Amino acid sequence: MVTAADSSVAAHARYEPVIGLEVHVQLLTVTKIFCSCSTRFGDPPNTNVCPVCLGLPGALPVLNRKAVEFAVLAAMALNCRVNETSIFARKNYFYPDLPKGYQISQYDRPLAEHGWIDIDSEGGTKKIGITRLHLEEDAGKSLHEGFPDAVEKTAIDLNRSGVPLIEIVSEPDIASPGEAYEYLTRLKEIILYTGVSDCNMEEGSLRCDANVSVRPHGQKEFGTKTEVKNVNSFRFIREALAYEIERQIELIDSGGKVTQETRLYNANEGKTYGMRSKEQAHDYRYFPEPDLLPLVVDEKWSSQIRKLLPELPEARRERMVVDYGITEKDAQVLTSSKALADQFEEAAKSAKNPKRVANLVQSELIGRLKAKGLEIEQSPISMKGVAQSSDLVDVGAISGKMLKDLYDLCFQRGKDFPVVYDEEGRPQQSSDTSALEKIIDELIAANPRQVEQYRAGKKTVAGFFVGQVMKASKGQANPQVVNELVAKKLG
Amino acid sequence: MKVTEKDVAYVADLANLELTQAERERMVRDLNSILEHIDSLNELDTTNVPPMAQIPDRFGVDESRQGSERFAYTIREDVLEGLRKSLPHDVALANAPDSDGTFFEVPKVIER
Repeated sequence: MVTAADSSVAAHARYEPVIGLEVHVQLLTVTKIFCSCSTRFGDPPNTNVCPVCLGLPGALPVLNRKAVEFAVLAAMALNCRVNETSIFARKNYFYPDLPKGYQISQYDRPLAEHGWIDIDSEGGTKKIGITRLHLEEDAGKSLHEGFPDAVEKTAIDLNRSGVPLIEIVSEPDIASPGEAYEYLTRLKEIILYTGVSDCNMEEGSLRCDANVSVRPHGQKEFGTKTEVKNVNSFRFIREALAYEIERQIELIDSGGKVTQETRLYNANEGKTYGMRSKEQAHDYRYFPEPDLLPLVVDEKWSSQIRKLLPELPEARRERMVVDYGITEKDAQVLTSSKALADQFEEAAKSAKNPKRVANLVQSELIGRLKAKGLEIEQSPISMKGVAQSSDLVDVGAISGKMLKDLYDLCFQRGKDFPVVYDEEGRPQQSSDTSALEKIIDELIAANPRQVEQYRAGKKTVAGFFVGQVMKASKGQANPQVVNELVAKKLG
Repeated sequence: MKVTEKDVAYVADLANLELTQAERERMVRDLNSILEHIDSLNELDTTNVPPMAQIPDRFGVDESRQGSERFAYTIREDVLEGLRKSLPHDVALANAPDSDGTFFEVPKVIER
């Protein structure tokens, strides 16, 4: 019997998906792209507005230098070629949250083109092309529900109107929902490193639309694509794409045809739905924006911007694996944000033994964070704290056991290592041999049977004495010193 | 005739305009006469003249400067309200045909 799952596997073997992603990223400027209103999120509705972003007649746009610099920085980080001259264009369409009736965007001469990023895919590292990266303004926000007149009205907040965005368009190089997820994760990570956006999906600082089609294996031409919108997490995009691929394959297999359309993803049901739309394709009647000059980013300006480009996550991970002898996986954790990686490296470099710092993070910190369900950014022990503890172990001031106990206390109290270390009275492991010798002498006198066993050749009994000494010293004896002393006394 | 009635109907639709038959005929006539007038430019040889969409791209720039600096005067720094202040909330909403005092309001949006 052929099950639904079997036939779906067979169908998947005959078709290959083709996916392209359009990502909108909000730039972290203080003011909007064409006027000096604030871009702050969460302000009362319609308070950060002026004639320019309200689209009042006669108002003229003036370009924000910082927005250009951020866009160029992102383009460089994504290996794009920045065009010396790019042109703003009007994209014309009607929607109530677009007061001018057009969006200022870029069209046939975008800011940057021909980029790529590397992603991990099943077959190893894969290059995903970036067709273009261009600057544009955001539209306002429409509220369809959640206010008194919602039955008859749509409410418009224009605070977001004119906030600077970059749109990053990928080549149709993405071959599975998993690769789409990976591409978005890498892209977000790179953008975060450049510091040009906070990429906060809840606040809409990063939005993604996906184009997807399927074609029989070996066919050169693309199938008819659909665009999936309204997806607000990377996980949902992966799910929406998986659903959409399945839907298209079933449709074609049952003799149907895919219609080119926009579909919305319903995350609760895990399904996409076609939007009611007219037959005609969108015709935005782009034309050059006559109110703005060409944007010229010459060699001099772009080399100034290039200096602001930080070491990017992929390169940093590779270097950290070599520099600190840590695993690829831990490098991944430590580079999850630029701030964290900076803190770690600063601490590691200031410590006597950078590799020990890395090992402590790996073996002592990450496990405790996991147990508490904390992200590394929420760790009570800072990287500086880890460095201090590492130095204390390094000079023999505290033992590994003491470090573990102190870390436990840090997590119990929610305090950093230096604080807890002081609170505990700056404990030292004991290397005072005369005090330890006294304890060992007492133990030998109290346990004649074990001494006899040892002297008869059962050397493992030494462990019993070492354990007793450690216990008597409340774990503060230097284990190495105790080992030596016990062997000497028994011998 | 360059512009047909079909073109006019299409553009009118994109512009959300409902034209009467009489208006449509007038538009066909007007648009064609505008295009005919523009056609007289074809008498000039423009082989080596790049297309110009923005006038200040050639006029008004600082001719003594090159590259980005030539156009620098049209770019502003990212300074809050550096160019002009945002409007007070009530002023921003003052001309709105409909408002609840917080938002602009429009008839319920239904995707076309």
